[in-house]
Amino acid sequence: MAEKSPRTLFDKVWDAHVVEKLPDGTCVLYIDRHLVHEVTSPQAFEGLRLAGRKLRRPDATIAVADHNIPTMGRANGIVEEDSRIQVETLERNVVEFGVPYFPILSPEQGIVHIIGPEQGISLPGTTIVCGDSHTSTHGALGALAFGIGTSEVEHVMATQTLLQRPAKNMLVRVDGKLRPGVTAKDVVLAIIGKIGTAGGTGYVIEYAGEAIRGLDMAGRMTVCNMSIEAGARAGMIAPDETTFAYVTGRPYAPKGAALEAALAWWKSLPADEGAVYDKTVVLDAAEISPMVTWGTNPEAVVAIDATVPNPAAEADEAKRAQLERMVAYMGLVPGQKMTDLKIDVVFIGSCTNGRIEDMRAAASIAKGRKVAPGVRALVVPGSGIVRQLAEAEGIDKVLIEAGFEWREPGCSMCLGMNPDKLTPGQRCASTSNRNFEGRQGPGGRTHLVSPAMAAAAAVTGHLVDPRELG
Amino acid sequence: MDAFTKLTAIAAPLPMANVDTDKIIPARFLKTIKRTGLGVHLFDTLRYDADGKERADFVLNQEPYRKAEVLIAHENFGCGSSREHAPWALLDFGIRCVIAPDFADIFFNNTFKNGILPVRLPREVCDQLMEDAKLGENARITIDLEEQVVVRPNGEKIHFEIDPFRKHLMLNGLDDIGQTLQHAPKIDAYESRQKTEKSWMPAISV
Repeated sequence: MAEKSPRTLFDKVWDAHVVEKLPDGTCVLYIDRHLVHEVTSPQAFEGLRLAGRKLRRPDATIAVADHNIPTMGRANGIVEEDSRIQVETLERNVVEFGVPYFPILSPEQGIVHIIGPEQGISLPGTTIVCGDSHTSTHGALGALAFGIGTSEVEHVMATQTLLQRPAKNMLVRVDGKLRPGVTAKDVVLAIIGKIGTAGGTGYVIEYAGEAIRGLDMAGRMTVCNMSIEAGARAGMIAPDETTFAYVTGRPYAPKGAALEAALAWWKSLPADEGAVYDKTVVLDAAEISPMVTWGTNPEAVVAIDATVPNPAAEADEAKRAQLERMVAYMGLVPGQKMTDLKIDVVFIGSCTNGRIEDMRAAASIAKGRKVAPGVRALVVPGSGIVRQLAEAEGIDKVLIEAGFEWREPGCSMCLGMNPDKLTPGQRCASTSNRNFEGRQGPGGRTHLVSPAMAAAAAVTGHLVDPRELG
Repeated sequence: MDAFTKLTAIAAPLPMANVDTDKIIPARFLKTIKRTGLGVHLFDTLRYDADGKERADFVLNQEPYRKAEVLIAHENFGCGSSREHAPWALLDFGIRCVIAPDFADIFFNNTFKNGILPVRLPREVCDQLMEDAKLGENARITIDLEEQVVVRPNGEKIHFEIDPFRKHLMLNGLDDIGQTLQHAPKIDAYESRQKTEKSWMPAISV
């Protein structure tokens, strides 16, 4: 047998899932895990129904409602009619097609990208897809995980495969140690600031280096989650002891001898020595500060002690026009200090930062402090399990005592499909992933930040370096 | 899916980079269980003011671009979410082709599944086509998929690249799932191999 050339993590997971390579290089790629939610699945189920097709692998599929469910009083049902119809449609479809489903009142319910890893459904070395771009989150486990459209959702339902061409490999290495108080969110915002919103288009990013290795699984998921904001469909981190310790004991993870067999394969996944990447980007961890976005895409990001950039300094006319539009939409003045920006709303949650570690980070800032007058602060745990854990630790009490709203799990104000939205002109410090115009509600102004910075903004009433609050 | 062969149509210039999927169709309109009917909300916040009135300065609110079937834009078109509602909204409005220097990956995939042709051309060519498009009704543009050319109103032909497999599916309006199911025996074989090689993989049931 010919020696195989050294392979990357992505290459290994990809190769293990190629069912067939077509003459033009397109591959039929096998999908191990399909995560389904209420917004991007109804038309796919309808397509199966119209074609008289079955869902091929219900035992490799999990469904949950997360995008448009209310985060208060859901036991009383969903008031908004179109949201209710969407959730009811999912509930009918999972029965008709035999798909495992976590009902909205069960503790397992939560944001699809929170519950996959939490339940041990998302595993190293697997292929994972979902009709949602933040599926890249699961790559933190060493899985190849990416978002797909509804036609591809239907394709996976019918065939358990996708037609794909291999992506290019990009290595993003964050060397050295992060300074105290600098978080995974700051790391990924710094990465996006460096490579740009389209810098990863056509690539799968592998994150590596001492600073990435040093992150816990929650932090790794935050980093991989935002790969798509750099244009990369997937982000991956080689599985290691941190990964294995996280996976072990989760409800749907392999156990006993099965776990031993799985571990043998998972340990073979890290890139071979000499594996070649099409592009390598290196950041120095010590240079990363707490970060905040100022504009309307995630690459418009600065350190918290910086000022609003001046579009006039941009030579390219089209780029200057875009920067001017951002400054105007965000209601900013070039040269203004980021820390002078007053905040109306704080949102802590989402698939980016809705895990227990994020709740703890928020609570540690909130403890003994009060939400500033005039600020509305929402904390939305990423799942029922996160909510239970937080309540067992007393995090809910700390937050409520400080004046935060403690809510029920879902996507919530990340995209404002449920009643949690910004009103026009409101300025929000948000732990979510996108600051596009109108993303959190028409006319809303989003600043993407870490949970610590969001909590610090809530208690001071303005954007602030959370390290100043100790 | 409708086949895409050759289209001669009015093109609308949208000289913006990073047109994200929230701009194409805001999340609040995703609460539908159908693929149709989204055209009225295409580019909702660019197209309508807070009272729901049309903004006169937006290209698709102007004649003859209300009838545009081609859209020309700048870099990174369709970035953001995986929502197929974005191509559904474009299609429902009547757009069958988007020309831009590059596209976000997921959006790019999604267009093909809906018979919308995404054409990648260099920025300076897009700018040239936008200038053509500004001439309005008299400046129809032709996109010939078989020949892989965009034909400017002055007759100049500009070649574009496209993946041969995708071209084949588009020209014939073929359903991806039908194509893949031709490989069903291979999928069966893969699955039976996995049962032994990855016997550790748990089944999901609740």
